[in-house]
Amino acid sequence: MVAHRSLTQIFAAPLAIAIVSTVGLISALVGDGWWDAVSWAALGLPVLLYLAFIWRRRPN
Amino acid sequence: MTATTKSLRRWGAVHKWTSLICTLFMLLLCITGLPLIFHDEIDDLLHNQVKPAEAPSGTPPANLDHLLANALAQAPGKVPHFLIWDRDEPGAIWVSVGPSIDANPVDNLLIRMDTHTGAYLDSPDVTGRFTYIMLKLHTDMFAGLPGKLFLGLMGILFCVAIISGIVVYAPSMRKLRFGAYRAQRTRVVRWLDVHNLAGILLVAWTLVVGFTGVINTWADLVLKMWQFGQLAEMTAQYKDRGVPSKLTSLNGAVEVARHAVPGMTPSFVAFPGTLFSSKSHYAVFLHGDTPLTSRLLKPALIDAETGALTDSRDMPWYVSTLYVSQPLHFGDYGGMPLKIVWALLDILTIFILVTGVYLWMRRRKAGVSQERAIANAASIDNPVLTS
Repeated sequence: MVAHRSLTQIFAAPLAIAIVSTVGLISALVGDGWWDAVSWAALGLPVLLYLAFIWRRRPN
Repeated sequence: MTATTKSLRRWGAVHKWTSLICTLFMLLLCITGLPLIFHDEIDDLLHNQVKPAEAPSGTPPANLDHLLANALAQAPGKVPHFLIWDRDEPGAIWVSVGPSIDANPVDNLLIRMDTHTGAYLDSPDVTGRFTYIMLKLHTDMFAGLPGKLFLGLMGILFCVAIISGIVVYAPSMRKLRFGAYRAQRTRVVRWLDVHNLAGILLVAWTLVVGFTGVINTWADLVLKMWQFGQLAEMTAQYKDRGVPSKLTSLNGAVEVARHAVPGMTPSFVAFPGTLFSSKSHYAVFLHGDTPLTSRLLKPALIDAETGALTDSRDMPWYVSTLYVSQPLHFGDYGGMPLKIVWALLDILTIFILVTGVYLWMRRRKAGVSQERAIANAASIDNPVLTS
């Protein structure tokens, strides 16, 4: 638990992730090779973050 | 009640109702969509196809008139509607034939031909395939255009649910760090955290895939609009003519189109009298060669009597929007790794849907209104709710 968080605090990380995801969605449309790799990493990020957050607090 | 609480309750109600109405259909779409991401791989695994003859690079393609004649010899009495270059297999060309030129192309027979020898390969009946059944369930639930438009409406509700979900995410997270997962708490708290975490992480992807899906449900209408708009304009001087009794060379028409639109590759040809062309023209649709421009088609209309070019224009914005929205929905534009990421994101979306329904049921059982639970973050610590 933390003290009351402001809207900026609440939405800073989600906004950053949304921007990265959007870059990932567009990148593979623009080109092949590296452009595809950017897209895999950027869109893979939400999946990795999900797993990281859930595993971190897993009950033993 | 403060104005903020009131407004949050209203957003909570929007989130609840839009989600509840579309959830069942979104589950269907997510589940059927999952195998569709890998439809090529699944088809390869489940169905044997005749392989085209080995052709060293630089082998010239067969004459298309010769190829077409070979295809029609396999389907006596049928007429050609479309000739389609296989996107993924350069060695194969599909010829789509129907009983008459104005028959519904949905029921057409598809004949697969060898690009380089012009020989017949096979004509698989795709309608019994697993991937076809998934595709039908996913696009129109076997209910034709009304089914499609209905799923489009569900897609719009899904998008509204996502946007209202962003709003109600704020009160839920007032006392929690980003990514909080309270593993030691009861299931309703843990699943709320999963719902919030997966929901907010996937916002951009679910909105884009959801909305491009909605756009895809309008494909038939977009085609009609193009037919009555740009296509009618381009062929205005031919509008009173019927289908010519003898068509000029198909191979010649494609050559003329290639020269008219340099740097682009033919994607498919629509024969005179089909939905994609006028009664007097071969419409040769060409595409570019980057991931984006390979989706954007440009038609070249070739007079089917003289073989001369009538007109070639870029598609209007509403058709381009449809074509660009397709890869963004299918996830087929960045190789196998992107498909795998797409599938993982799809599975996480299923988590969001299931946890969402669960939270609604628990709160209903506990007698706490969803709106109140959302508006008042503290309510999640209410023993009635979390016991």
